[in-house]
Amino acid sequence: MIPASFDYVRPASLEEAVAALDGAGEEAKVLSGGQSLLPLLRMRLSYPSVLVDVGRLEELRGIRDEGGHLAIGAAATHDEVVRSPLVNAECPLVALATATVADPAVRHRGTFGGSLAHADPAGDLPAVAVALDMEFVIRSSSGERIVAARDFFVDYLETALAPGEIITEIRVPKLGDGWGFHYEKFHRTAQAWATVGVAAAVRVSTQGGRHIEEARVGLTNMGSTPVRATEVEAAVRGAELNGQAGTNGSGGGGSVNGHPRSQEGAAPGNGNGAGSAPHGGPGPRGALRQASELAAEGTSPPTDLHGGPGYRRHLARVLTYRALGTAARSALGG
Amino acid sequence: MTRINVTVDGVTYEEDVEPRLLLVHLLRDRLGRTGTPIGCDTSNCGACTVMLEGRSVKSCSVLAVQVDGQDIVTVEGLASGGTDWHPMQRAFHEEHALQCGYCTPGMIMAAIDLLKDDPDPSDEAIRKGLEGNLCRCTGYTNIVRAVRRGAHSMSQDPEAAAAGARSAEEL
Amino acid sequence: MTEEIDAGMVARRIAEDGDLSEPAPGRNEVGAARRRKEDARLVTGRTRWTDNIQLPGMLYVAFVRSPMAHARVTRVDTSAARAMPGVVAALSGADLAGEQGSLPCAWPVTEDIVLPDHPPMAVEEVRYAGEAVACVIATDRYKAADALEAVEVDYEPLPAVLDMVKALEEGSPKVHEAGNRSYVWKFGTGDVDAAFRDAPVVIERTYVQQRLIPSAMEPRAVVAETDGDFFTLHSSTQIPHILRIMLAQVTGIPEHKLRVVAPDVGGGFGSKLQVTAEEVILLLLARRLGKPVKWTESRSEGNLTVHHGRDQIQRLALAADADGRLRGLRVDLLADMGAYLMLVTPGIPILGAFMYNGIYKMDAYDFTCTGVFTTKMPTDAYRGAGRPEATFAIERLMDELADELSLDPVDLRRRNWIGHEEFPYTTVANLTYDSGNYEAATDRALAVFGYDKLRAEQADRRERGEPVQLGIGVSTYTEMCGLAPSRVLGSLSYGAGGWEHASVRMLPTGKVEVVTGTSPHGQGHETAWSQIVADALSVPFDDVSVIHGDTSSSHKGMDTYGSRSLVVGGIAVVQACDKVKEKARHIAAHMLEASPDDVEFAGGTFRVRGTDAAKTIQEVALAAFAAHDLPPGVEASLDSEATFDPENFSYPHGTHLCAVEVDTETGATRIREYVAVDDVGNVVNPMIVEGQVHGGIAQGVAQALFEEAVYDAEGNLLTTTMADYLLPSAADLPEFTTDRTETPATSNPLGVKGVGEAGTIASTPAVVNAIVDALRPFGVKDVPMPCTPERVWRAVHGGGS
Repeated sequence: MIPASFDYVRPASLEEAVAALDGAGEEAKVLSGGQSLLPLLRMRLSYPSVLVDVGRLEELRGIRDEGGHLAIGAAATHDEVVRSPLVNAECPLVALATATVADPAVRHRGTFGGSLAHADPAGDLPAVAVALDMEFVIRSSSGERIVAARDFFVDYLETALAPGEIITEIRVPKLGDGWGFHYEKFHRTAQAWATVGVAAAVRVSTQGGRHIEEARVGLTNMGSTPVRATEVEAAVRGAELNGQAGTNGSGGGGSVNGHPRSQEGAAPGNGNGAGSAPHGGPGPRGALRQASELAAEGTSPPTDLHGGPGYRRHLARVLTYRALGTAARSALGG
Repeated sequence: MTRINVTVDGVTYEEDVEPRLLLVHLLRDRLGRTGTPIGCDTSNCGACTVMLEGRSVKSCSVLAVQVDGQDIVTVEGLASGGTDWHPMQRAFHEEHALQCGYCTPGMIMAAIDLLKDDPDPSDEAIRKGLEGNLCRCTGYTNIVRAVRRGAHSMSQDPEAAAAGARSAEEL
Repeated sequence: MTEEIDAGMVARRIAEDGDLSEPAPGRNEVGAARRRKEDARLVTGRTRWTDNIQLPGMLYVAFVRSPMAHARVTRVDTSAARAMPGVVAALSGADLAGEQGSLPCAWPVTEDIVLPDHPPMAVEEVRYAGEAVACVIATDRYKAADALEAVEVDYEPLPAVLDMVKALEEGSPKVHEAGNRSYVWKFGTGDVDAAFRDAPVVIERTYVQQRLIPSAMEPRAVVAETDGDFFTLHSSTQIPHILRIMLAQVTGIPEHKLRVVAPDVGGGFGSKLQVTAEEVILLLLARRLGKPVKWTESRSEGNLTVHHGRDQIQRLALAADADGRLRGLRVDLLADMGAYLMLVTPGIPILGAFMYNGIYKMDAYDFTCTGVFTTKMPTDAYRGAGRPEATFAIERLMDELADELSLDPVDLRRRNWIGHEEFPYTTVANLTYDSGNYEAATDRALAVFGYDKLRAEQADRRERGEPVQLGIGVSTYTEMCGLAPSRVLGSLSYGAGGWEHASVRMLPTGKVEVVTGTSPHGQGHETAWSQIVADALSVPFDDVSVIHGDTSSSHKGMDTYGSRSLVVGGIAVVQACDKVKEKARHIAAHMLEASPDDVEFAGGTFRVRGTDAAKTIQEVALAAFAAHDLPPGVEASLDSEATFDPENFSYPHGTHLCAVEVDTETGATRIREYVAVDDVGNVVNPMIVEGQVHGGIAQGVAQALFEEAVYDAEGNLLTTTMADYLLPSAADLPEFTTDRTETPATSNPLGVKGVGEAGTIASTPAVVNAIVDALRPFGVKDVPMPCTPERVWRAVHGGGS
């Protein structure tokens, strides 16, 4: 399919870009990598008057260490994020989730800021953004403002960005030592959007028995915006990891997620036969499992071809448990 | 109309294009590079995959104006003189990794791309590396074998890998 | 216990055999894993897809399509579109009504079938979302796309008809005036009532064959041109020959003034076995505008308007004795025709009618199929066409029966299948299977699969109540392919025969051109036919070229579908070669001053028996060309043609085994092992055969796990893109382990059987059987297809379907 006509400008600087957006009014759109936008244009689901191409602006690229946080340029590609030693060292959850975005060719073009600005709750990055309390640095002709992730995602495909505004960078707070991470993506095929995804960061203490001191949990595709599972976070604090998630690194028989590579995402407890009733009922569970049961609280998951709300709520609970367990294992160096 | 300069398979072109012109239509309709086909609207199928500045992209989801000043290699640029096939092209032939051949240009480009990061990939890495390319004929078993074989030839005989117009490094 | 064979070893053995890309000296070409001649252009991008064609003055066509499933078209205003820059014309259905005719259905399966008029472009009423209502013609594809938005169409909504059961109820809204029941077709043998009366076991099930989108990788494209007298149509089609005849009949363009070309075609799987609205309209536009016109569909357009596949409700009952012996089978189908009957729409479920008994012996059989109209895209052939549905039904029922009787599913099959010593065997469906050895294929498959070991693992996981359970699925299939004996087609009211044509030309330099009526689009006929001819004429493989897919050079044929090309078209090639040799023998005898009766042909040479006097076939070809000294009454040509009409269908068979891990907590499934042992008789090219099996399995697996065309309650297709209609990528499928047994067909001189559809037919039930098998401890007896994680999870928690 073929896009409708539009004008195109490729400003040489951020300043020019902002000016171009300002002059172009509400129908202007920012083009970065175009991997979300181009399919929309081709399907004629979007009719911008002008595309302001910021894909090559050096000011929007690169990933910098700013001390307390990493600054990821809005036009840094997914591929750059996944490969970045800084991201992998300081904010590995971002790399883990970004590596699951689309496919290699799309990751070569698609950008970190573009994907977040698209604000698809089924996308993998928004849940990470809310889980990690990322901040969006937003520029317009009237200056710069900073919006927290929890305020950035307003509704389905809708953000706090006003016409004339552009994301310049995304700040990812460093969490410090003792954390482990996991992004558990459940999808029907490798190309399918996440039915549900869980981004988990867990800080584990080994003082006085292994237990979770703090956790961050973001949910993909459990509502019209990414969801922060605050009740899980609260409930899981102090959860002990006595052999349940902390030590069972091998994961046994492996969970199955619809394709071979997902074997890595083995469920904690899988394969050791520890009290999993075949009928999948609640059964005896540790604190981690109990906390995960709260994952769907307050969510309003969508109905689509991949599942209804009830199933998604169930998945959110199971996947949260798995994500927390895997994150805890990784915190312990497993 | 916007004027762009673009190099495709070693040839430099200067073209006036509408901003909305898709790269794949520039290649096919304007430059006669019909070796790169189109299979979908949503960047799922990967049939249109080409190398842009050395890395795989889906040319249906890139605007021609976005590649101004950049270098593109299509499947037609892999074999020098049209006869000296790239090892990956040979591997696809040897392993019967194509039937109708429509996905093949994109599949070969994606395969070459994945070897850049992982010159000796496991089967699982190959399957994951090709997740953006759909084939309806082969069931992928022979494609995985071909990528393995291509990787082997390229590592055993870097000269053979370079014997095509462009080596994997140049791509 | 079964013998165990290391699957890795089998794969390696095949790979090593595969390295024999050329036969050893003195060995036949047939049987060698020749690398394909087709590949050179395909791996280098020097392809000839229809959309590649650009002609001077070419115009581009785009279609305005109905956004509604069912509506009266009250107004089409193309004036604004016509005023747009670059727009040459814009036409509504009314504009074409006088010349567009009606799209053909070649298979009216009953005398009283309701066969509605099917205008290529809707005039008064649209009956499915996506039906064309207008078209625009512009100087480039971008301008054409823009002009579409300027066409104004008013619709008056009519009720959508989406559910087959409700469609047949009294008072249902009608798709067509004559009602929603297109036909009822019945078939039966034996006393089925007796078979069910007092039967110790009766298994009753209803299965749904979901609607599928064939999804060939190359979207359809059509180019039409005319010089004012003669027309040429390029189309991405499987059937250039049938298309030519049909287009001539629909458009009134005389057949001899119309050439149809299928250039490189990027897959079909049945979806390009069609006479499409777009092909007809492009021809009309070329005639009207006097310019070459091109149309290339987008994927979203294709998902809406390439005919769909399957979509049946199967109501089944199987009666058996207490020891598992089958007594009888009842099949009552509802088959969704969609909104119209296209080329072979009504016949697709009928192709399955003779296959529901599978490889088993039973006393009686009863089959009824009701064709139902709905306001959806018409259905038609998709890989397997009727036979996957039948095989799914019987293979699922066999697993259900085994469960009911607490028998191993393989054991139950052994008790019922036709023994290898019983062939030829006439089945309860009145087909005569010529050859087969189900024991051999099954034993081989069990050994490669490691059946006993996997059963032990399954028991262990059950015992320990693991969240990830293991299931093993069995599918022992046969199918009828090689379409088809013309007399049988005639008896089934099909509109044509099932023969195939070939001609073989000896060129003066000794090279050979083979013209085939088959129309390959990925199957490798150029390679396989070269191998056949190389053996038949004792010429080098590289000295043969194959011409196909253009009615001007390959004037006669029945094209490619139904796993027919080798077993019908390949045999025609063999017979044409026989005629060449016979002609050459007479000329050689004359050259050697011997009696033709004393001349024999071996190793490429005609030799006078018992002497050294000899002429090579190349020398004879040159002599025939020069024609300086030919025997009296002999024409100056060795060229020969043959038309082969098979006596019987082809019956490949095999055993597919699938091990699936099912995560009972999420419903996710993962295929851990897939082993296929197929028996397709003798094999011309094992590499190509293996490729056909791999691809077939992938499509069958995809039906089991991933694919479904979904319409919403208003009749809008929700799966219009590849983002919504899930096709598996490499990351979603396992490696397939394939092996073969060889039981030659007795129905043709090569001993070959069809292979194109076998994998698809076999694999779907293997996968679903495995999933259900994994979940038996939960009381699950079925999971509807596709077995999505949600459905699997619901089955676990609902205790059944």
